Amino acid sequence: MNRSLRPLVATAAIFLLAYMVAVAQFPAMASTRVLGNFLTDNAFLGIAAVGMTFVILSGGIDLSVGAVIGFTTVLIAVLVMWAGLHPLLAFAIALIVAALFGAGMGAAIYYLRVPSFIVTLAGMFLARGAASVLSPDSIGIKHSFYTTVSKSYLLMPGGGRLSVVGIMMLLVFLAGIVIAHRTRFGSYVYALGGSETSAALMGVPVARTTILIYTLSSTLAGLAGVVFSLYTSAGYSLNALGVELDAIAAVVIGGTLLTGGYGLVAGTFIGVMLQGLVQTYIVFDGTLSSWWTKIVIGALLFMFILLQRLLHSAAPRRRKRLWTA
Amino acid sequence: MTRPTAQIHPAPQPPALRHRSVTAALLRPQFLALLVLLAINWLLFPGFFTTTWQDGRLFGSLIDVLNRGTPVAILAIGMTAVIATKGVDLSVGAVMAIAGATAAVMVTGGHSAVLAVAAALATGLLCGLWNGLLVTTLSIQPIIATLVLMVAGRGLAQLITEGSIVTFTDPVLIFIGTGAVAGLPTPVVVLIALTILTTLAVRRTALGLLIEAVGINRSAARFAGIKASALLLVVYAFAGLCAALAGLIVAGDIRGADANNAGLWLELDAILAVVVGGTSLLGGRFSIPMSVVGAMIIQAMNTGILISGFSPQFNLVVKSAVIILILVLQSPFAANLLQRRHLKAPPKAQEGDRA
Repeated sequence: MNRSLRPLVATAAIFLLAYMVAVAQFPAMASTRVLGNFLTDNAFLGIAAVGMTFVILSGGIDLSVGAVIGFTTVLIAVLVMWAGLHPLLAFAIALIVAALFGAGMGAAIYYLRVPSFIVTLAGMFLARGAASVLSPDSIGIKHSFYTTVSKSYLLMPGGGRLSVVGIMMLLVFLAGIVIAHRTRFGSYVYALGGSETSAALMGVPVARTTILIYTLSSTLAGLAGVVFSLYTSAGYSLNALGVELDAIAAVVIGGTLLTGGYGLVAGTFIGVMLQGLVQTYIVFDGTLSSWWTKIVIGALLFMFILLQRLLHSAAPRRRKRLWTA
Repeated sequence: MTRPTAQIHPAPQPPALRHRSVTAALLRPQFLALLVLLAINWLLFPGFFTTTWQDGRLFGSLIDVLNRGTPVAILAIGMTAVIATKGVDLSVGAVMAIAGATAAVMVTGGHSAVLAVAAALATGLLCGLWNGLLVTTLSIQPIIATLVLMVAGRGLAQLITEGSIVTFTDPVLIFIGTGAVAGLPTPVVVLIALTILTTLAVRRTALGLLIEAVGINRSAARFAGIKASALLLVVYAFAGLCAALAGLIVAGDIRGADANNAGLWLELDAILAVVVGGTSLLGGRFSIPMSVVGAMIIQAMNTGILISGFSPQFNLVVKSAVIILILVLQSPFAANLLQRRHLKAPPKAQEGDRA
């Protein structure tokens, strides 16, 4: 078997096993209704996690995604409810703002030679702060477009509803897979993650690629904000608090190495689904309290990091490290 | 930033040099920044420096800045040691919540306060050891190793408090958060003691040198005979202990343990304090007192925003502006700008320069 597929297969196997255990206990979980809700409830996380996958593949980290989601929801709410713009126009403006924000962070990371961790931390403060300066209170969005979108869905066999946001997430994952594996930009990202110096020597345009990676991540975070806004019909500066951690966890559980250069976008999808499964299981169980979600996700994260070490200890190679100890 | 290179390899210095470096230290940009911030606060609120003696303790805005800045400063002390080894500890906020929850549940369960404090500190130590084990034995990058506890830690804290905010009336715990020793608030006294003890431990023994050696190059340090793994374990355990101490103070201050909000995002403030203090995120160069000053700069900023009548939301925007300013000042870009009038292409990154 192809060695690079091993972590993906491991994650998929664990997901299937967990899903079978859950179905054995609660047969209702096998329905397409639950599957549809899975996709809808985790759409914003999935979209943000695709952007995070690219960042982590390049050997960086983006702590600002949750804040960008929160900022986007507030910006859209302000544009729609106070400025009276059509939601689609508001979405376009929000995505452009998010893209510029990401480009700024990418430029800072490359030109100032600062770890991405600290630049995106500043970005996180800035986006959260800007969102709460725009409006400290939650703004409800009432617009006919929102009601239309939330009412439209594709009916799956078995009565499950594939909502618009669910479809958007699937499309983003498909686009992410194509970009990562079928474009020049995708191979640049992997090259950067392997070793920035070698990538630069091989002629990879490091500056442009770095800026593009963070632009992509922030734009997808902005899109996740659009989805979040459609999903909750409200803009609030504290929306999506801590989603960056869930996204990082999804990427790691999906088998992407945090040192960069190694991983698959498809793996992240399974990572997101596994987190959704944990949440759904806890809801179905009813007796477990919500904090178990955090503990289980932490335990899963630990397990997969351990698994990565075991799988990769077979092929010891020197790699560039994010934070070498 | 302006540290003399001699500090990177702190060889035994003649007493005269050490003395001179004290005056140089007071002229560092961090102290100037703190003075400027305090002066701005004074302009905004003329009574800022007024400190009164009442009920056997000092009261005033300046004391308040010290008191409010203490949890972050204590976290920053532990974080400085971790960052000096080229690591980072993201879990300190969650560890604060766990330690606070442990102490609160112990006291309400009828145990003595001394036992509760000991248990809370032991929990923090244990959390730190766990992080240290992941970093050393499993060689996981610190940012990820500590992410595990950051995600799961708040869940664990909620598990301990069973999801509710546990309030207590125990005088000893409340004393840790709000009492006074010799006129100063207890947290400030704890902070001063911890700063002096830690600084002595790292600068008057070889410990600081060893930490810097591991931070600059772990394999080289190991080849030079330093037990890098044991040292890292100690450093992470120390960061956990500091986090538990900060958690106790925060819990004592609000007379309860809030598993959801205790120490929320404080790990980021602590990292910011360390960076403001001039410790390099790439490891090797560190100063514990400067990190404490960094924490006080952040708190003076927070207080200034509050008393100037701006909404506290501006806090985050100002904080990010400060980080960006520091990053620009510390970057090779700015160094080039100062050295040469016109810039060529930015210098090539060294291996491991970016993260």
